[in-house]
Amino acid sequence: MSEHSYVPGTAAEKWLDDRLPVARFAKEHLMDFPTPKNLNYWWTFGAILVMCLAVQIVTGIILAMHYTPNVAMAFDSVEHIRRDVNGGRIIQATHAVGASMFFLALYVHIFRNLFFGSYKAPREILYIIGVIIFILTMATAFMGYVLPWGQMSFWGATVITNIFSAIPVVGESVLQLLRGGFAVGNPTLNRFFSLHYLLPFVIAALVALHIWALHVPGNNNPIGVDVKSTRDTVPFHPYYTMKDLFAMVLFMIPFAWFIFFAPDILGHPDNYIQANSQVTPAHIVPEWYLLPFYTILRAIDFNVLFINSQLGGVIAMALSMIALLVVPWLDTAKVRSGLFRPVFKWFYLLFLINFIGLTYLGAQPAEGIYVVLAKVCTAYYFIHFFVVLPVLSRIEKPLPLPTSISENVLGKAHA
Amino acid sequence: MAEQAQHSTNRRDFIFVATGAVGAVGAAAVVWPLINQLNPDASTLALASIEFDLSAIPEGQSVTITWRGLPVFVRHRTQAEIDEARAVQIADLKDPQTDEERTKPDHAQWLIMVANCTHLGCVPLGQSGDFDGWFCPCHGSHYDTSGRIRQGPAPTNLVVPPYEFISDTLVQIG
Amino acid sequence: MIKTKTVLVTLALVFGLAAPAMAADTHSTPHIEKQQWSFAGIFGTYDRNQLQRGFQVYREVCASCHGARLIAFRNLSEEDGPGFSEEQVKALAAEYEVADPTVEGGTRAAVPADRWPSPFPTEQDARDANGGSLPPDFSVLAKARGIVDPFPNWIFNYFTGYSEGGVDYIRALLLGYHEEAPAGFDLPEGKYYNDYFPGHAIGMAPPLFDEQVVYEVAEGQAEVPLTAEQYATDVAAFMMWMAEPGLPGRKETGFRVLLFLFLFAGLLWATKRRIWAGIEH
Repeated sequence: MSEHSYVPGTAAEKWLDDRLPVARFAKEHLMDFPTPKNLNYWWTFGAILVMCLAVQIVTGIILAMHYTPNVAMAFDSVEHIRRDVNGGRIIQATHAVGASMFFLALYVHIFRNLFFGSYKAPREILYIIGVIIFILTMATAFMGYVLPWGQMSFWGATVITNIFSAIPVVGESVLQLLRGGFAVGNPTLNRFFSLHYLLPFVIAALVALHIWALHVPGNNNPIGVDVKSTRDTVPFHPYYTMKDLFAMVLFMIPFAWFIFFAPDILGHPDNYIQANSQVTPAHIVPEWYLLPFYTILRAIDFNVLFINSQLGGVIAMALSMIALLVVPWLDTAKVRSGLFRPVFKWFYLLFLINFIGLTYLGAQPAEGIYVVLAKVCTAYYFIHFFVVLPVLSRIEKPLPLPTSISENVLGKAHA
Repeated sequence: MAEQAQHSTNRRDFIFVATGAVGAVGAAAVVWPLINQLNPDASTLALASIEFDLSAIPEGQSVTITWRGLPVFVRHRTQAEIDEARAVQIADLKDPQTDEERTKPDHAQWLIMVANCTHLGCVPLGQSGDFDGWFCPCHGSHYDTSGRIRQGPAPTNLVVPPYEFISDTLVQIG
Repeated sequence: MIKTKTVLVTLALVFGLAAPAMAADTHSTPHIEKQQWSFAGIFGTYDRNQLQRGFQVYREVCASCHGARLIAFRNLSEEDGPGFSEEQVKALAAEYEVADPTVEGGTRAAVPADRWPSPFPTEQDARDANGGSLPPDFSVLAKARGIVDPFPNWIFNYFTGYSEGGVDYIRALLLGYHEEAPAGFDLPEGKYYNDYFPGHAIGMAPPLFDEQVVYEVAEGQAEVPLTAEQYATDVAAFMMWMAEPGLPGRKETGFRVLLFLFLFAGLLWATKRRIWAGIEH
């Protein structure tokens, strides 16, 4: 095991190691960390997400140097960045496109986790931290979208903050507290700017906890069988550092495509119109990554007992997040990986399609067939979590599992 | 341990070196724009050079204009002030410079200087001090009618910005 | 295999109904033809002559009502843009008065560093002069408009990088007037019927007519037709430049970046393969 422990090479390294063992920590956790050798490319999205967060923080700090958080100047200051600041158009486009790429990677990461059962014991805390990161990232992205102070910024802020008015009794007070006024205005823009700057660092801290929680049990893997011996693993460096780096560079190709050749295609034209509290755009559409939850919010257009439709929508949306948080206790099947769960596999696919459907419907006007479909998709979202997963855990007969990772790998190689 | 490492597969292979080199080039290409964005932007640079019409300033008067965010004195000097400036012994000066060096030929009546005291940057008061030029109230520097430092803590003469005459009454600063 | 069927039915529902069912509108908006723009596509750059013509149309026709507050005179001499000479721009700027509280009288002749002055002092003045309608500022208008592409075209747009919806719309709108509203359409007083304007009742009178602007044709260059269609195309192109002046440079950098990424990805793939060569996985 000598190759897995840190031995200070020089007196200076020894001196440092006795006081603050950062080099030891880096060697143990970033280089030698034993990682299952059968991780596929879906597992590279963790590293890609770290890169996305870094890109957003670096470009965001730069944009804040040139941006003015004031309702009279915000819109023009963003244009000033695009037009006058050296390289400003690229930096601004990277930040805006970066938000979409971040969520793309985030959704892949989440759906990888849901398929391979990475949320199951002993990784529940790891998973829950991940869901919290997801929710905080949505909040951060939403507040960031308000900053350019275009029409979608303003009306998005109005609609989303109005969600809080659904809270019984204190809703109206909470709403004014959040906005710092009776409507979205300068105080709102200022506090969103402040929080948009703060939250990424909170997210970064949670990412550190997420990785800590990962390094206690170690990685799950595509077959979901625990690591049995050192034969099942390789050191993180250079095996996964290089694989992750390769995946990151591949990921940067569509990223760069959007930045340089279609920087506005992921946004909405209406956000190039300065905010106007007198005129609402014909169709208010949040950014695509918020659409699935937006659809759930809109789908409840009927009163349930004493709960009115507005509060109902908010409850449904909150419940859709809570469903994610409690997945480890809804799906109690012993087998982790979807590869060995013949029935789950199909329901997972249905859930994935349903989720894409929710995304699509969020962008459509709330009329005609779309209203019905939104209700169907919302219903299935909840049925999947609260009915399908618990029932499958009890009745499904999983396929036989390989005894270890290396057995599975060898079997595949000689097949 | 060290020997073991040398014997292992750590051979410097072409592919590894090429990948590292290309990666380093890429990293540098990314870092440069992130630093360059700190430089003055296009709207700032557009005002780096300004034109100013002198015709409205009568003899014996000055105006203070803004150039690159700095105050700039433009003084229409009287003949007496020019004579006084040119009569000074160069050897007496702390920062030796002739009046001719500080003005343009055929335009000796125009004195154009950045209006920040070379000591610590205050704006000196015009037509005051012991040398009929400028006096800085912050720490007591006296400048003469050519804007040269004559007395006090300032180390050098008031700075003459780069400028040229486009016509007799139009000057381009910067 | 009920589950397979469910999957297929859901797929059909989600994607099959995607094409918006909008036939119900009796005064429907005709389909907007996508134009061939010099700045479209990955190799796109601005056509300097076209931008100069577009600027002429903007200045002689549109600028009396529409501002361009984010455009500075100096932008007009940009190499990638209309590319007027610095002397031309200086002379042009001097024809305009801009507000400057630091000078006597509060206004002075503009210099290249100044922004394009607004045609109206306040928004209310603009509305009063235009029958209650506000002529929008042109600075980013070409990006603030777009066309709705039906499924599945909008998916292809991500791969072709289609970003000309705004100019396609603007060109169509400028040419989309009708002398009289179709039967049964209740056109309010002081409004005009336009095929492409949302709601069809637009406050702007038809702005462009044949032979309205006389283009100067330089020695040895092809004659440009003096038609409303040509003016609309040229001014739309100019508006695209106003909205996205850095476009050619951005695409050029993009090429280098993509080339680099492909090379680096290839090298990393080789590196990764070599490293993993000894591991069965």
